Amino acid sequence: MAVVSSIAQRELRGYFATPLAYVFIVIFLGLAGLFTFYLGGFYERGQADLAPFFNFHPWLYLFLVPAIAMRLWAEERKSGSVELLMTLPITLWQAVLGKFFAAWLFIAAALALTFPLWITVNYLGEPDNGVIVAAYLGSLLMAGGFLAIGSCISAANRNQVVAFIITVVICFLFMLAGFPLVLDFFSGWLPGPLLDAVASLSFLTHFASISKGVLDLRDVLYFLLVIGAWLLATTIVLDLKKAD
Amino acid sequence: MDNTGHSPNPLEVAAMIAAEGLTKTFGSRTAVDGISFRVQPGEVLGFLGPNGAGKTTTMRMLAGFVAPTAGHASICGHSIEEQPVAAKQKLGYLPEGAPSYGEMTPQDFLTFIGEVRGLTGADFHRRLADVVERLQLGDVLQQPIETLSKGFRRRVGLAQAILHDPPVLILDEPTDGLDPNQKHEVRQLIRTMAPGKVIVISTHILEEVGAVCSRAIIIANGSIVADEKPAALLRRSRYHNAVTLRLNQSADLPAVASSLRELSEVGAVEVDEHGYAVTAFPSGDARPLVVIGELAGERRWPVEQLLVETGRLDEVFRAITTAPVTGETV
Repeated sequence: MAVVSSIAQRELRGYFATPLAYVFIVIFLGLAGLFTFYLGGFYERGQADLAPFFNFHPWLYLFLVPAIAMRLWAEERKSGSVELLMTLPITLWQAVLGKFFAAWLFIAAALALTFPLWITVNYLGEPDNGVIVAAYLGSLLMAGGFLAIGSCISAANRNQVVAFIITVVICFLFMLAGFPLVLDFFSGWLPGPLLDAVASLSFLTHFASISKGVLDLRDVLYFLLVIGAWLLATTIVLDLKKAD
Repeated sequence: MDNTGHSPNPLEVAAMIAAEGLTKTFGSRTAVDGISFRVQPGEVLGFLGPNGAGKTTTMRMLAGFVAPTAGHASICGHSIEEQPVAAKQKLGYLPEGAPSYGEMTPQDFLTFIGEVRGLTGADFHRRLADVVERLQLGDVLQQPIETLSKGFRRRVGLAQAILHDPPVLILDEPTDGLDPNQKHEVRQLIRTMAPGKVIVISTHILEEVGAVCSRAIIIANGSIVADEKPAALLRRSRYHNAVTLRLNQSADLPAVASSLRELSEVGAVEVDEHGYAVTAFPSGDARPLVVIGELAGERRWPVEQLLVETGRLDEVFRAITTAPVTGETV
């Protein structure tokens, strides 16, 4: 565990050594505010909740999380430092988890910086703070899911831009798995139960129920499984491709 | 149990690096083809070969970065495939090109390496002070690595490799990109660390072999074509014990050459007409120096310089690595 934390700390420090961290946080907060107030109609709705804020998180993450994830492994492979990392006395899992947690923690910090909205809504009315806590948690879990997908794609590519684009596409498919946009593609030839399985993979559906305040164990478990599965895929991809 | 038949070979126990039949294929191309060797404590093994011969791939397999297609390797008795963490703890490794994290300072970078390698507290500070002094990194400790010169970056890579004072060191081209003074310092460092350790360095700088290595392995096309002491390699050279006479301009070069050819100790003679030099190659194991000296005195040849060669590594290297492999050649 100490090794995972050392790797995570090193990675996190790397974010702040370049403008990346600051650019990300500013854009994340800016866009979150913009969406909430202009597209979400925060004031016009006249309701004391943060639904207009959380509703746009999936779309925000769709582009911003891959931007964080794309460098996780692609950069190490390009600069050759992956050879250094992989010849230290650590396991693949420690390296994968360390890097993943660093990025997740970073997104968590960006998310935490949206606290003025929470204060605002409490100042203006009497929202159900339990729902808001659940929604924050759900949002973080969803970000973790996007991030784990990005981690795997980044491990498979030396080129960050390619990693970014492929990650956005896969995240988009996962997000909308329950919607006609994706389902129509499968409905012609996939048998019913499998079609239901594809539909149940939708990030949006799982996130929607959490953000309404229903912290169902199945939704939480779903995101944790998605994270676990994609991180496992990351270790496999790395093992195969680290030296290419 | 039969004691004599099954007791392990003492060399096998002591081997700090053991490679057996290491093979790596990339698609249809065989980069490394069944390489086997063992290295004992105190040895500095030079890994030589033309670019693309498989040096780096072999080192990557020893360090556990590339999985061999066949064969296996172990560090201090720990299989790099089955007990990778234990093996890597015993190993200090400088990858080709000395990669590191460019945005970090050497201080932060070495602290990170120390943490991951489990060095803590006073122990860590003692080791850090030691490598900073050995590699003279004191002045650049707080500068981002990417802003450092190539020489300093390589020294940071070396510092990382020796930070935990490992019993086994594998250095891929440790002096590449260094100036002559820095090369000298790195070789000095390798020599002072050598006792009790195993050090493997790869290089294509031949003088390095004579300067630091106690043993040299030459590989070509993925196979070992020579594995011996540097002195033994020199003996393979046709220049070994050859005598070169540098004469002044009044000398009759063809006459000198033909009288040298008549000596039984001399196998062949080469004339360099621009440099006014004649080189006599020994026939077999003969040492023609004395007879040539006597002959030169007797015939009153205008000799300005007389040179006995120990052998030329570059010529041995070329001969070995370009010849088609036909089994054992001596």
